[in-house]
Amino acid sequence: MSNTRNWIINLDWFTISLYGLLVFLGWINIYAAVYNEEHEQIIDLSQRYGKQLLWIGAAIVIAFIVLLIEVKFYHFFAYAIYGFIILVLILVLIFARDINGAASWIEIGSFRIQPSEFAKFATALALARLMSRFNFDIGNKRDLAKAVIVIMLPLVLIILQNDLGSALVYFSLFIVLYRKGLPGWILLLAVFFAILFIASFKVNIFSLELFVILVASILLLINSGKINELAPALAVFTFTLIISWITANLTEVNIELHYLVFIALVLSSIVYIYWIYRKKLEVALVVLSLVYASILFLFSVEYIFSKVLGTHQQNRILVLIGEKEDPRGIGYNVNQSKIAIGSGGLIGKGFLQGTQTKYKFVPEQSTDFIFCTVGEEWGFVGTTTVIILFLVLFWRILIMAERQKMEFSMYYGYAVASILFFHFVVNIGMTIGLAPVVGIPLPFFSYGGSSLWSFTVMLFIFIKLDATRQNIL
Amino acid sequence: MNEYANRYYVVLILMLSVGLIFVIRLFSIQALDNTYKKSAENNSRRTVIEFPTRGLVYSRDSALLVENLSSFDLMVIPENVQEYDTVAFMRVLSLDSAKFYTAYNKAKKRPSLPATVYKEIPDSIFTKFQEIKWMFSGFYLQTRALRYYPLKSAAHILGYIGEVNKNIVASNKYYKQGDYIGITGIEKTYEEILRGQKGKKMYSVDARNRVRGSYKNGEFDEIAISGKNIMLSIDADLQLYGEKLMGQKRGSIVAIEPSSGEILCLISSPSYNPNLLVGKNIAKNYGQLRNDKDKLLFNRAVMAQYPPGSTFKIVNALIGLEEKVITIYSHFNCSGGYHVGNFTLRCHHYSSIDFFYSIQGSCNAYYCNVFDRILRNKDYSTIGKAYTKWRDYVLQFGLGKKLGTDLAQELKGYIPEASHFDKYYGKDKWRPLMLISMAIGQGELGFSPMQMANMTAIVANRGYYYIPHLIKEIEGIDTIPSKFSQKQIINIDSSYFDDVIKGMERVLLPGGTAPNAFIEGLDICGKTGTAENPHGKDHSIFVAFAPKINPKIAVAVYLENAGYGSTYAAPLASLMVEKYLRDSISHPEWEYRLVNTTFKYKK
Repeated sequence: MSNTRNWIINLDWFTISLYGLLVFLGWINIYAAVYNEEHEQIIDLSQRYGKQLLWIGAAIVIAFIVLLIEVKFYHFFAYAIYGFIILVLILVLIFARDINGAASWIEIGSFRIQPSEFAKFATALALARLMSRFNFDIGNKRDLAKAVIVIMLPLVLIILQNDLGSALVYFSLFIVLYRKGLPGWILLLAVFFAILFIASFKVNIFSLELFVILVASILLLINSGKINELAPALAVFTFTLIISWITANLTEVNIELHYLVFIALVLSSIVYIYWIYRKKLEVALVVLSLVYASILFLFSVEYIFSKVLGTHQQNRILVLIGEKEDPRGIGYNVNQSKIAIGSGGLIGKGFLQGTQTKYKFVPEQSTDFIFCTVGEEWGFVGTTTVIILFLVLFWRILIMAERQKMEFSMYYGYAVASILFFHFVVNIGMTIGLAPVVGIPLPFFSYGGSSLWSFTVMLFIFIKLDATRQNIL
Repeated sequence: MNEYANRYYVVLILMLSVGLIFVIRLFSIQALDNTYKKSAENNSRRTVIEFPTRGLVYSRDSALLVENLSSFDLMVIPENVQEYDTVAFMRVLSLDSAKFYTAYNKAKKRPSLPATVYKEIPDSIFTKFQEIKWMFSGFYLQTRALRYYPLKSAAHILGYIGEVNKNIVASNKYYKQGDYIGITGIEKTYEEILRGQKGKKMYSVDARNRVRGSYKNGEFDEIAISGKNIMLSIDADLQLYGEKLMGQKRGSIVAIEPSSGEILCLISSPSYNPNLLVGKNIAKNYGQLRNDKDKLLFNRAVMAQYPPGSTFKIVNALIGLEEKVITIYSHFNCSGGYHVGNFTLRCHHYSSIDFFYSIQGSCNAYYCNVFDRILRNKDYSTIGKAYTKWRDYVLQFGLGKKLGTDLAQELKGYIPEASHFDKYYGKDKWRPLMLISMAIGQGELGFSPMQMANMTAIVANRGYYYIPHLIKEIEGIDTIPSKFSQKQIINIDSSYFDDVIKGMERVLLPGGTAPNAFIEGLDICGKTGTAENPHGKDHSIFVAFAPKINPKIAVAVYLENAGYGSTYAAPLASLMVEKYLRDSISHPEWEYRLVNTTFKYKK
C-alpha cells in the first residue's frame, strides 16, 4: 500500500499537465479544422471533433490503466510486447486494407487501428530492455548489431506497408544509442551523406566533387600541418584535370567534367598513397577512403535517379527536395499549407476565422496538417507557443530520464523523447516547407485514435517508470 | 552510464536548435512575408462581374430604335465535367464536333475557369438543352445581351458595338478583355451613358471552387448600374421614308430642325441592316460590308465631300450683300455665260439679271461677277486678304470645318486657304478668274451633306444655328450636352437673309429652276445644285427649308450621278418636307418615279 501512495505522490504532474494542455489545444484546432455551420454541436459523433472527444476520453482511461500496471510488467514483458507487435505487423502486411496508399490498418468490425503506431512504444521498451542489460556494450559489435536489429525490424516491416513516414521515425532511436555511447562520428557521417544526397540535386556533381576534395585537403593539412606531403598529389590532380579537359575539347570527345575529376583523383591518389605508405598516415587513409566513398555515392545517386527511377518517382523526389515547383500537383499540400500558416500573420485570424481552414484548402488538415490551423487562426503567437510547449515537454522528459536510477527507465525515456521529437520535426517541418511531406501525425494534436492512444501509452509508461524510480533499490 | 553524461546537453541543444529554426522560419513566413496573405485571399475569394443592361435608344416619335435581346452561350468549367454521353450531347446541341472540341480543348488549359464553347445557341436548341442539362455536369448556359435594331434602319446613325481591342483595354481601366464597347455611331458617342456601370460581387469559395457565401457580407460588392435610355432627335417615320426613297441609290439626305439643331433624319445610301453587325457573325459580316463596292460602311452624310454646286450661290449672295459689293438692286448682264477675254463660263440666260432672279434662275454669270467683286474689294489691300475674309464667312456657315456633331466620324470638308493659291501662283500673284469656279460652288470645294443641311438651317433661321445633334433626351438628366444649346451666330445682317429667302422661294415657282417640286401650301424655299464630278454624270443636289416663316425643317439632298438638281433631288426634298410637315403625300407619282429609278455608277 505504501508503494501505491508513493507513486501517486511522485507522479510528475508537470508532464501530465503539459500532456493535457497539448491534447486540449489539439482538440480546439481539430474543431476549427472540420468546423462547418451545419454542425455546431461539440458532441456530434458524425464529426471528427466529436469522435476525437471520444478518443480523448478513451485515452484518459488508457492512461489510468497504464499507471495502474506494475513497473515490473513493462520490464518483464518488454520483449513479449515487441514480439507480439512484430507479429501483428507481419499479419497486417498480409491482410490489411489499403488506405491512402498505405496498407497499414487493421480492421475489427467498424473499428480501425494502425498497428505501426503501437510498434513505437513496443520498440522503445524492447530497446531499453536490451540496452539496460548489465553487460551490454555499445562498442561490442554483437551488441550493437542486436540494438540495430531491434530498431530496423519494425522499420523494414512498416516500409513494406508503404508507410515511409512512420518507418523513418525509428531512425530517431539512434539518439538513444548515442546517449549510450555510440561514437558521434557515425551519426555525423550519416548526416554528411544525407546532406550530400540532397546537395546532389541542387548543385552539379562536378562542383560537389571539387568541394569534397577541397574539404578533405584542408582536413589533411590541419591534421599533419605539412604541405609537402599533399602538394605533389594536388599538383598531379590539377595538371591531369587541365590536360584531360584540353584533350577532351580538342578531340571533341564528349565526356562530362565530373568523370575527368575522377580520373585526376585516381592518378593523384596513386602519388599520395606512396606518402601514406612511407609515413604510415592512418588518418590520411581514412580521409582518402571517405573521399572515394563520397564520389562513388554521388555517382550512384545520379545513376539510380536518372536510369532506374521512373519520371513519377523522380518528380516526387524533386518536389520533396524543393527542386521543382508544382503547386497543383505533388507540392500542392505544402504550398497550401504555407499559405494557410503564412496568412495567419502575427496574431492570427482568430478562432474559426481562418478562410483556408474553413474552406478546406489544405488537404488532411485535421490529421497531418493540423499545424496549419494553429498557424492560420492563432498566428505566430500560436505557433511559437505550441513549439515552446513541445520543447518544454522534450526537455522535461530528458531531465526525468537523466534522474532515473534504472538504466531501463532512462533509455526508455530517451526513446520517448526521440520519437516525439522526430514527429515534431518532420510534421511541423513539412507544413512550413522545411521537411519532405511524409504523413506522420503531430503528437497529441493530430486527429486520430491510434496515434493519440499510442503516444499516451508511450508517455504514461514513462511517467509511471519515473514515479516509481525511488522503489527500485 | 554517467560516462557520456554530457551527451544529454548535445541532445538537448539539438532539440532546442530545431525549435529555434522553426520559430525563425515561422517568423519569416508569418510576420515578414506578405505574399501568403495575398495568396490566401486569391484562394478563397472569387469576384464575379455583374454586367449592367445597356441603355435603349428611342426616336423622337417614341419608336424603339435599339433594344437588347438575350441569347445564351454554352459554357463549360472543364474541371467539373464528368463522363457524359457525347453522342447525345452533340445530337441535342446539333454541334459541329470539330469546332466544339477545338473550343473545349482550349478551355481545358485553364480547367477551373469558365469558357465559352458555343456562342448564341438558337432558341429551339436552348429549350431542348434545358430539359437534359442535368446529364452534363460542368456545362451550363449563360445569358448574354445582344443588341437588336428592330427597324433594321438608320445603321449609320446607330453604329454598332463590338468587343474591345487591346489598345482600349490598355488605356482604359474600365474595360476588360471580352467586354463590349460602342464602335461607331451613337453607340460610340454615348458609350458611357448607354453602358452604365459594371458591378461586382465577391464570394468566398472553398477548395473545390464552390461558392460558400458572400465575401465579408458583401462589404466590397458593387451593384451594377444599368445604362441610361436615350431619345434621339430622329423622326423614325421620316428616316424610314427617306431610306425607302433612296433605295439602293447612292447619295444622302440630312434634315435638321432649324430652331434647335436637332437632326430629323440622316440617311447615307446605300445602307445595310444594322443587325448584321451583332453577335457571333460580326467579323464575317463586317468584312463583307467593308469590301462591298458601294462602300456600305462609309457614312456619306458626314464623311463625303461633294462640291456644293449652285446651292453655294446662296452663300456668295449673302457675303456679297454683307460686304456691300452688291445690293439687292445690282444687275449683271448674262450673255450665255461669263466672258473674260477668251474665257467663258457658260450660262443659259441672255439678259440683264437682277438679284432675286439670280437665285431663282441660278445665273452663273451673276455670281461670277459677285465673286469677282468680293475678291477685288478695295477694303482689302491684297486679293489674299479679300479671299481670307470671304473664306472666314464660309467657315462661319460651318462649311469646311468640323461642326462638332455627335457623330464621331464627321469630317471637316475642304476649302483651300489663301496660302494654297500663293504657293501655286506666287504670293498675291493670282487673279479672281483663276478661282472663278468657286463662285458657283465648283472647283476646290468639298462639303458634306450634313454641312449643307446646316447651311440651309442657318438661312432658315436668318443667320444662326445650333450645332446639329442627334441626342434629344437622356434618361434622368434634364439637359443635353451644353455645346448643342449654344447659339452660333453668323456675322451677316439678318435682313440680307430675308432677301435671299425671297429668291429661294421663287425657285419652286414658274420661272425657277425647280417648279416641278412645288407643293401647294408648304412654302418651300430651296435652291438647286448640280455638282460636276469626275465619277460620271453630275450629282443632283437640292437644299430647302419650309415653311418660309418659322421654318420647321431644313433639308439637303444629294443624289450621286443623277444629273440636274431639279430633276430628282428637288422633288425628293419636297416629298421629305411634306412627309414631315403633313405626314402625308400629295404626289405619289413622284414617290413612284423616285423609288423605281436607278442611276448608273462607274465602279
